[in-house]
Amino acid sequence: MMKHRYLPLTESDKSSMLETIGVSSVDELFSDIPDKVRFNGEYKIKPASPEPTLAKELARMAGKNADLINYSSFLGAGVYDHYAPIIVDHVISRSEFYTAYTPYQPEISQGELQAIFEFQTMICELTGMEVANSSMYDGGTALAEAAMLSAGHTRKKKILISAAAHPEAKAVVRSYAKGQYIAVEEIPHTDGVTDLKALKEMMNGDVAGVIVQYPNFFGRLEPMTELEEIVHSEKSLFIVSSNPLALGALTPPGKFGADIVVGDAQPFGIPAAFGGPHCGYFAVTSKLMRKVPGRLVGQTKDDQGRRGFVLTLQAREQHIRRDKATSNICSNQALNALAASVAMTALGKKGVREMAAANIQKAHYAKKAFIEHGFEIAFDGPCFNEFVLKVNRPVKSINEELIDKGIIGGYDLGRDYPELEQHMLVAVTELRTKEEIDAFVEEMGDCHA
Amino acid sequence: MHNEDQPLIFEITSTGRIGYSLPEMDIPVTNLSDLIPEGFIREEEPNLPEVSELDIMRHYTALSKRNHGVDSGFYPLGSCTMKYNPKINEAVARYNGFAHIHPLQDESSVQGALELMYDLQQHLKEITGMDEVTLQPAAGAHGEWTGLMMIRAFHEANGDTKRTKVIVPDSAHGTNPASATVAGFETITVKSNDNGLVDLEDLKKVVGDDTAALMLTNPNTLGLFEENIVKMAEIVHGAGGKLYYDGANLNAVLSKARPGDMGFDVVHLNLHKTFTGPHGGGGPGSGPVGVKSDLIPYLPKPVIDKKDGRFVFDYDRPQSIGRVKPFYGNFGINVRAYTYIRSMGPDGLKAVTENAVLNANYMMRRLSEHYDLPFDRHCKHEFVLSGKRQKKLGVRTLDIAKRLLDFGYHPPTIYFPLNVEECIMIEPTETESKETLDSFIDAMIQIAKEAEENPEIVQEAPHTTVVGRMDEATAARKPILRYQKS
Repeated sequence: MMKHRYLPLTESDKSSMLETIGVSSVDELFSDIPDKVRFNGEYKIKPASPEPTLAKELARMAGKNADLINYSSFLGAGVYDHYAPIIVDHVISRSEFYTAYTPYQPEISQGELQAIFEFQTMICELTGMEVANSSMYDGGTALAEAAMLSAGHTRKKKILISAAAHPEAKAVVRSYAKGQYIAVEEIPHTDGVTDLKALKEMMNGDVAGVIVQYPNFFGRLEPMTELEEIVHSEKSLFIVSSNPLALGALTPPGKFGADIVVGDAQPFGIPAAFGGPHCGYFAVTSKLMRKVPGRLVGQTKDDQGRRGFVLTLQAREQHIRRDKATSNICSNQALNALAASVAMTALGKKGVREMAAANIQKAHYAKKAFIEHGFEIAFDGPCFNEFVLKVNRPVKSINEELIDKGIIGGYDLGRDYPELEQHMLVAVTELRTKEEIDAFVEEMGDCHA
Repeated sequence: MHNEDQPLIFEITSTGRIGYSLPEMDIPVTNLSDLIPEGFIREEEPNLPEVSELDIMRHYTALSKRNHGVDSGFYPLGSCTMKYNPKINEAVARYNGFAHIHPLQDESSVQGALELMYDLQQHLKEITGMDEVTLQPAAGAHGEWTGLMMIRAFHEANGDTKRTKVIVPDSAHGTNPASATVAGFETITVKSNDNGLVDLEDLKKVVGDDTAALMLTNPNTLGLFEENIVKMAEIVHGAGGKLYYDGANLNAVLSKARPGDMGFDVVHLNLHKTFTGPHGGGGPGSGPVGVKSDLIPYLPKPVIDKKDGRFVFDYDRPQSIGRVKPFYGNFGINVRAYTYIRSMGPDGLKAVTENAVLNANYMMRRLSEHYDLPFDRHCKHEFVLSGKRQKKLGVRTLDIAKRLLDFGYHPPTIYFPLNVEECIMIEPTETESKETLDSFIDAMIQIAKEAEENPEIVQEAPHTTVVGRMDEATAARKPILRYQKS
């Protein structure tokens, strides 16, 4: 049998073990697999590659991609290139964290449990909500779970979602809604924000929840006060998807009366990683605490009165309630929640505001620079770190030229909004220097519509 | 490990201290109130910590010391496949061209990423014996739901709208029935027989023209191979239902039996188990789904394709169930799994299963003299014992698990599956040496002896951990789910 650095059994180990078991070959241990389904031989896959060979081959494969370290990126649309404190990777590289399973044995999992408890606290602080869970797969599935929670809680079967919410998150909500026989209707946007008049007309006693994104997909701030009033007038749940970094400088959804706040903690120390893994968060009012999907960590005491932490309110979860659980989710994104916690800790009270404000400043600076170069902004208004640029050519072709200049251009809105062909969603984070922004504006040159 | 209380990060904060280093503002800065309208500027600061970089490192290092991972010691947690997490995986996943690429970049600028995903799919197709694979689901349970949604779409497309029921064995993971509910199905339970396998007679009774699918783990959660799988497939397919494979236990059958050859129509894999994406303390995982050809039209979109030597995303999938996740799945975990598969190769993966099964049978045989063995036959990658004998002495399975902590081990899975009294479910994995197994076995034998001679030491365990048994009842009755400044 093959020798491999991950496989410690020697030939002599094997023979003595077989003797203990009372069989003469390993093959006998598989005699219960019927011949008809028994796979004989080996998989037709690539041969085993030694460590240095594989490391080099995969480095070359990675090298075929234009990465955010070597290119200057103006692409956001839900995933952002932010300052990730270097300490984050050092903490999550401690293998006591990353090689552990779910903390079901609290006596030897206090580290993970406490880290999650701290994460839950930080999410509550940023969102202005009372309860946050231990994390979800990502912002999109967290939003879908929020929609399902609202349907379950209100016993109604309709969700309204703003056209100015993330298109991929909307698609995920629709997929989940189909599973639960929930109808999803889209509230149109006017000038880049949710159309209040349209919402009023769509609201009625059948609506379980209304979903808006704040800041929204176009970077704009939604009329939160007015939205809340309309949504609660029919006793529907007000569901807000929020970039948690933005909440360092912006009034949190909790202050606006949101019932459920979800989003993705990716801006806090989590690499873009081609779209995942990221880290969904899920926060609610205390009234909805027992309806929350996924894991929750709670503080308690041990048999000697010492403070400690445990997974709690597990009667909601699949391993206890099976088909009656609040969700089928089993895992959380513990390691990425840890990464986000470390980043939120490093930024702290002052840094999170400073970083959020830097995004606002730089985005507005870039927007102004584009206007001065003759560009027109669609849906112009106060924004967080994104705005919509009108261009005179397909965005795809512009981006193909930009990449040769070392720039990853903005998002092609025509992919999701047919009426927004030749509209580029531009993201400017705190990492983009004045020099990079000016160069980007310069390279965009004569692309103004 | 220290026995003192570990302060929360919020309790070591000091006003004015910082732990960050943001880029300088190199542009003209205006007042925030000139850019953001009144009412939208946050008034109260969030109560986040104020600590130095060293404070952060010390805090989390202290927390890590209060945590047990595979690298800390043996972790024979049944049905969780706690094998070694190779370090090359971690290095590769951190390459700039994998960790720092944006999912919405133009396809031409991420050909390396698409190539990896495409090749991983090819490898998983061969390993599972399926016709196509999607990498989009984020975890096992997410894969289950994705697979069931595809089965639902398949039946609906055939006008077969009365198939509202999903059959699940009583020994199944809790996610199976939960996923069925989320996919809009009703769950029907099929019983196990005295041999720990699905009762064929009961299966025949519950199968009908309302059956959408049977969900099955093979080997099952008792670690036993469902020998009647061919017959079961005939029964379910004969009634017009589909067969769903829960890949949680795939480590038991690599190169020995492929779900596709057993008759399964849909399979999900847990790349964080069999294929060594680390568990991360509870995630992130990755749950790709493989399907037979008749289900390909329903795969989540986009699907990765290869055209004229270029890799592309195909969004033109009119029968697709839609998106199950933003972007393309947990790419970072998929990179790790791909690195692992390429490290092992075909002979390596075969050896993985052979060693995993050998380890499990060896432990089972040696422990069967000291604990009750409810199913005495060759197991696959894991096996279950019953603590019935010890229970009569006043020592419960929970006590045995807690006592193992004193020996430096993570305990096995306990009280699952539900159909075995005082269940102890042990999965050693192939990456553990005989010496490690022997030490663990010795500890288990000593605990069995203690149960007879000195039960208090077991009942009052653990004795050496940073905290003792926790008051979980109070935690649930009066939940404290966040820190609040007193």
